[in-house]
Amino acid sequence: MRTLALVTGILVASVAHAQFEAPDVLVKNVTTEVVELIAKDKQIRAGDRGKLVQLIEAKVLPHFNFQSMTALAMGQSWNKANAEQKKVLIEEFKTLLVRTYASALAAYSEQRFDYRPLRARPTDTDVTVQVRVIQPGAQPVPIDYSMERTGSGWKVYDVMVGGVSLVANYRTEFNGTVRTSGVDGLIKNLQAKNRSLAEKK
Amino acid sequence: MKLLIALAFLLGGCATAPDADPRDPWEGFNRGVYRFNEVVDEAVAKPVATAYRDGVHAEIRDRVRNFFANIGDVFIGVNNALQGKFRESFEDFARVTFNSTLGLLGIHDVASDMGIEKHNEDFGQTFGWWGAGQGPYLVLPILGSSTVRDGVGLALDLYTDPLGEVRPIDVRNSLLALRLTGARADLLEASRILEQAALDKYVFQRDAYLQRRRSLVYDGRPPRERYEDDAPVNREPR
Repeated sequence: MRTLALVTGILVASVAHAQFEAPDVLVKNVTTEVVELIAKDKQIRAGDRGKLVQLIEAKVLPHFNFQSMTALAMGQSWNKANAEQKKVLIEEFKTLLVRTYASALAAYSEQRFDYRPLRARPTDTDVTVQVRVIQPGAQPVPIDYSMERTGSGWKVYDVMVGGVSLVANYRTEFNGTVRTSGVDGLIKNLQAKNRSLAEKK
Repeated sequence: MKLLIALAFLLGGCATAPDADPRDPWEGFNRGVYRFNEVVDEAVAKPVATAYRDGVHAEIRDRVRNFFANIGDVFIGVNNALQGKFRESFEDFARVTFNSTLGLLGIHDVASDMGIEKHNEDFGQTFGWWGAGQGPYLVLPILGSSTVRDGVGLALDLYTDPLGEVRPIDVRNSLLALRLTGARADLLEASRILEQAALDKYVFQRDAYLQRRRSLVYDGRPPRERYEDDAPVNREPR
């Protein structure tokens, strides 16, 4: 009986394992697909930011864990927020990151990408997928995706560009704002920022 | 240059904010210089760089970037040697050799095509490699984000810069201006993204600079900082 349970357990685990795309394959497929879609889309290439944001929301967003990202960016301040505030924070931070990501993609989608082999054991639940952007006359820019295994596949919880962690870069600012004007102050700041970005385009 | 650093030290003393970030004790002074730099950038550097990007064909801009990058490789090689990274140093000099000859005085980066990759080193990183702490964050007039360590390194970088030896003076000045314009043009997209991403541009740029330099000192493999730590993040690397 116990053996049966064990065997079933292994079977279920390996099936569950197999149905998820490996993290490095996932990053490569998503990047390639998005870059191709941008190249084909005249409106996006002409600077239609709204359409690019839509594309990112459809193709890229599902592979990010925004709850983890927000919690990491907040650091010690995360536990000062109640459940309702947390929900708002995640939503606002997501909006900001998607816009930033859209600008970065629009700027660099024509560069050449070099996908590094993944160094991880099959049992790992936390890996770093490395991609490099090749530029003429400069050191290649490394982009590291920190990814964690969740019940619904591999999810990105941080992006490091040239050694700069996006999530960590917000932490001083977020903690400083929470210290001086509380969690609600930070929410207000994020909302104001997102509003001003929405007006600009 | 050294004068600027000395000046920063003097002014720094009277500009400490009460709720200061330990890495940035001269925040008040730094923010002043930052605002000054932004005005100069908006008035001169950004418009010139934008005109250069839009008016000069990408192919030619690549050649210009490669030409200056090739001169830079000599100093990257020297700094790698000073850090005891002789394999990397050898690669840097191999790059200079191939690019200066087959690459026609550096305008073609044939070494990269051959698989000899460019590195990123300077005197500030060499000091860091040998254990010098970065010291307080420092915003330099025109030159922007730095630290006391990197500021001293930058002074050495500029002092040994071969372009400074070029004569006649107006040829030297044209070359320096072209290099600066190209460098600023390469940052146009990045600065636009910074503008979008940051709630407070000063803080965002400072933190990105400090993270970036830390990563460069460790050649892209800094010891991982723990996220859940209660201690302030981004402590002094060494």
